[in-house]
Amino acid sequence: MTELLRTDLYDLHVSLGAKMVPFAGWEMPVQYPMGVMKEHLHTRAEAGLFDVSHMGQVIVPLSAIDALEALIPVDIAGLKEGRQRYGIFTNETGGILDDLMIARKSDHLFLVVNAACAEADIAHLQAHLPEVTVIRDRALIALQGPKAEAALARLMPSVAEMRFMDVAEAEWNGQLLWISRSGYTGEDGYEISVPSAVAVSFTQALLDMDEVAPIGLGARDSLRLEAGLCLYGHDLDPDTTPVEGNIAWAIQKVRRKGGAREGGFPGADRILAQLETGATRRRMGLRPEGRAPMREGVEVFDAPEGGAKIGTITSGGFGPSVGAPIAMAYLPASLTEGDTVWGEVRGKRLPAKVAAMPFQVQTYKR
Amino acid sequence: MKFTEEHEWLRVEGDLVVVGITEHASEQLGDVVFVELPEPGTQVAKGDEICVIESVKAASDISAPVDGEVVEVNDALADNPALVNEDPLEGAWFFKMKLEDMDQLDAFMDEDEYKDFIG
Repeated sequence: MTELLRTDLYDLHVSLGAKMVPFAGWEMPVQYPMGVMKEHLHTRAEAGLFDVSHMGQVIVPLSAIDALEALIPVDIAGLKEGRQRYGIFTNETGGILDDLMIARKSDHLFLVVNAACAEADIAHLQAHLPEVTVIRDRALIALQGPKAEAALARLMPSVAEMRFMDVAEAEWNGQLLWISRSGYTGEDGYEISVPSAVAVSFTQALLDMDEVAPIGLGARDSLRLEAGLCLYGHDLDPDTTPVEGNIAWAIQKVRRKGGAREGGFPGADRILAQLETGATRRRMGLRPEGRAPMREGVEVFDAPEGGAKIGTITSGGFGPSVGAPIAMAYLPASLTEGDTVWGEVRGKRLPAKVAAMPFQVQTYKR
Repeated sequence: MKFTEEHEWLRVEGDLVVVGITEHASEQLGDVVFVELPEPGTQVAKGDEICVIESVKAASDISAPVDGEVVEVNDALADNPALVNEDPLEGAWFFKMKLEDMDQLDAFMDEDEYKDFIG
């Protein structure tokens, strides 16, 4: 077993009473003494601070825009300076290798990739384009929730001017922070790349504010589930296309059939065809009718007994803000909102309704 | 009150034994969101998994601590699973059992022994 990596904030987490667990090769806080439920609700009501330093931070020179577009079915060349976009790496069969954020800054592109995929993503990038720089001396912090703007603006007033998916830089204590108005909770908020030298002091400055509480990976997962957002390795994988994953919105017109830069990414044939004709299965939301959560791996059937297996839950649990169990599953595309299916929990088939996502209204500052 | 290594407490009430989980177990589980209880009248053997507790994080089982019959369950938990966190030693009892042999209780820890056990 290889040794777990620790972020710049490890000692701070421990001093805050975090329960640390292995996650994607890192030792990360899963919860603090407040507990997952209260942490989740705190983020929705005030501001939650997350250490997401385990994610990969990568710089790609602007000269590699075309090479990057050849790996990602997203309009990267048309991304304006100071803006960020959600993207996906695809494979030759149209499956998803990872999802990521791509920001265009003045003289480079800044990518944030999932921790579990970081090594593979970097190798993938290095194999196809020159001069990829992996950032290893910066922490990454997310501040999320309705009071995130007020809290962060106390340290750097300029962040209040940013809109959802804007990126900017600001100085704090002589250090340059890279900021995006984004996150993965469905709430308004920011992700902030902080030089290691000030990672702890910057985090502490935020935590010293009344509205800011440290939040662990447990609540991060329930928040993103309520927001209807995918978790790579669970809701998305190399066998799932963007159309099946219900993230076709990430593929702009310019890369689709008839677009100015149509195709030209791995798996384009299959993905472009599916964009026209649809896929036979699709990621959908489910609202189990009772109180019993339907978790990842629960098999879904088309009848209360007998019948056929029609899908599997890829993420599921209890939504603290929704106040009920919620789940995502891959199901036949012919199903529509309000249809009833049955999840088999401990040998019993329990009804669930196909439901719209997000389960919780998103509050981005568009 | 007696305690098991599975963090259950057992309290004798007349000829019945009331079973719940300890504060320690409730803290470890985190926020409880769903409890699945057995049917009254179920005959159980020691070790049978008879209740499921779902927290925000995961599902866990409660096993029968002794042989006997489940005679009553706490329906309040179905409506308010959070009782397991709020009042684990009183309001959040799970079920009452009629034991085949009350001597089975002698094997379990008393409060001091349990405190040492969870250290």
